[in-house]
Amino acid sequence: MTSAPTLEVRNLRTHFHTRAGVLPAVDDVSFTLERGRILGLVGESGSGKSVTGFSIMGLVDAPGRIVGGEILFQGRELVGMKPREMRTLQGNRIAMIFQDPMMTLNPVLRVDAQMIEAVLAHTRVSRSVARDRARETLGMMGIPSPDERLLAYPHQLSGGMRQRVAIAIALLHQPDLIIADEPTTALDVTIQAQILSEVQKLARQNGTALIWITHDLSVVAGLADDVAVMYAGRIVEQGRVDDVLDRPLHPYTAGLIGSLPSNNKRGQRLRQIPGMTPNLLSLPEGCAFSARCPRASEICGQRPDTTRPVPHRLVRCFHPAVDEIRREVTA
Amino acid sequence: MNTTIQNADAAHRHASSDVTGHDAIANGVDVEPNPPRAQGRPLIELSGVSKRFGERPVGAVGRTMQRLGLSKAPAITRAVDHVDLAIRPGEVVGLVGESGCGKSTLGRIAAGLMTPSAGEVRINGLRASEMSGTQAHAARLKVQMIFQDPYSSLNPRLRVDEIVGEAARIHGLVDRANFDDYVCAQMQRAGLDPALRHRYPHQFSGGQRQRIGIARALAVQPDMLVCDEAVAALDVSIQAQILNLFMDLREELNLTYLFISHDLGVVEHVSDRVVIMYLGRVVETATVEEVFARPNHPYTQALLAEIPSLASRHKTFTAIKGEIPSPINPPSGCHFHPRCPHAMPRCKTEVPTLRGIAVNHLSACHLNDIA
Repeated sequence: MTSAPTLEVRNLRTHFHTRAGVLPAVDDVSFTLERGRILGLVGESGSGKSVTGFSIMGLVDAPGRIVGGEILFQGRELVGMKPREMRTLQGNRIAMIFQDPMMTLNPVLRVDAQMIEAVLAHTRVSRSVARDRARETLGMMGIPSPDERLLAYPHQLSGGMRQRVAIAIALLHQPDLIIADEPTTALDVTIQAQILSEVQKLARQNGTALIWITHDLSVVAGLADDVAVMYAGRIVEQGRVDDVLDRPLHPYTAGLIGSLPSNNKRGQRLRQIPGMTPNLLSLPEGCAFSARCPRASEICGQRPDTTRPVPHRLVRCFHPAVDEIRREVTA
Repeated sequence: MNTTIQNADAAHRHASSDVTGHDAIANGVDVEPNPPRAQGRPLIELSGVSKRFGERPVGAVGRTMQRLGLSKAPAITRAVDHVDLAIRPGEVVGLVGESGCGKSTLGRIAAGLMTPSAGEVRINGLRASEMSGTQAHAARLKVQMIFQDPYSSLNPRLRVDEIVGEAARIHGLVDRANFDDYVCAQMQRAGLDPALRHRYPHQFSGGQRQRIGIARALAVQPDMLVCDEAVAALDVSIQAQILNLFMDLREELNLTYLFISHDLGVVEHVSDRVVIMYLGRVVETATVEEVFARPNHPYTQALLAEIPSLASRHKTFTAIKGEIPSPINPPSGCHFHPRCPHAMPRCKTEVPTLRGIAVNHLSACHLNDIA
């Protein structure tokens, strides 16, 4: 193992060059992920959280392009890496789990064919060894009677089962980094709990680092060590889960937390963030959240930089809620 | 069900609830200063309702072939199995369960989009078969549905004003001359800018589309909305806006809701009463306070334990053991027994009945006979 962190993303910018103009899907995103840590990447649709994941995986296609920044995986630069070299990492050392398991699974192949192929893509073993590995991994995901499931086609499995097969494929090579893009959003709470428990075990036992992309703050609360909140292509707040969820610095984070039904009185109106997410093609000059922000002032017309108003915490805001925290610290 | 007690409870809640802000964009709709909540006879009553899929008539030849083993008996899915559900005017009932438990089917039956295989649906005390043609038409309109997916539930080739106003025009609720004003009023009530009425659905965001669906439902002046996972596909900040809209409309129009969701947090927030389904059957029903404070059925307890919450940090996740079984071939006796931590021999053979265990609290579990 190298001493470098599993993943270091520096000033990543991924833009989509569309006919309507340049769409800055990911704009100056930086974070570090150590071995065995779980980072929750939170944001609403269009915030750039998925594109960040795709960029790391090397899956951004035209008209999208990484136009700046670095992605260091165990110290190796992934941006501009030759496709052939990249393929030795994809699905092997870095794996991705998608929201829709049918993005991973081929509908016309049986589960065993797909899993064996995935094993043989990166290791030279016999088919029977590969098959054993596949069965073992399915069992690990809590799939009952894995031998039968190996012979099934994806359409014969329930949604939760499919997702667990897709996750099992991602785990076949015990990757060092897993990027999970909303994998439990479409699933029932009971199945979600099962998947979360497996994933958690994996991070704790094998030292796998995990990026869990989601819009669900309560999943992040239970699962992640650190959290990064994205809005309109930028990370607006980053820190340890307890710090960010208990004392959010950015008004957007505070708004998200406040709008959860569990943080409101039963039957009363929910506190809501007014307005809606901006169009990335016509972002305002300065802070993208300013139009919806209760703290916005004139200075928000300028682009806010990332600051560290409190130790271990990053925020991109001219008016972070630091006073309350300072008061707490001094008291 | 003990209606007297429920009425007393409803009256109490009515007295204590502060009814706020009636800047109703009331449009021919009377808004009472204090809408009575959950009173009187049920607005909609489902009794012994079942829905089976995959049934097809089998003739004499077919039966002989089945007996000889030459053809298989059709696989029948019991999506809904003998469900009783009564919803009183003004009440918000949350319907909870895992996917495949039949909650959407039940919602569709309530909204009149499906006919039950057995059992009956009464609206305002009347069965569809007892009503005249026009009465039945009118009764149908009184229950409207909001769908989960705001992308597939709007016709992409129609402009928003046509989507919103079409049903009202066809049913004679508005004439051509007043059509435009009527559509504008409906859109405004759903929180949409009426200036956008000549656009097409693809020009709207997910949250706005859901508002279009709501405006469409309101346009036929319903008494009740069946919301089938209506906020599940929306972002957190938009979800809060739509939930607020539902709650405002409830105050404004004294609407009744059947709120179907797998998200217990949302259900807890909006509902007066919660119904929990498992594999086509109702396993527990009680007031929202009661369900969350004293869940009785082991399935309800397990569901509640799995809700992720902001407060539970760095949690070690566990799971209900086993899978939700197939409704084609459900387990015998209590459907939940293979996954239940407290299962007894009796649970395998005997179907537990839904019995009262406290005021306004019904549960279908054999454990209640022991205690």
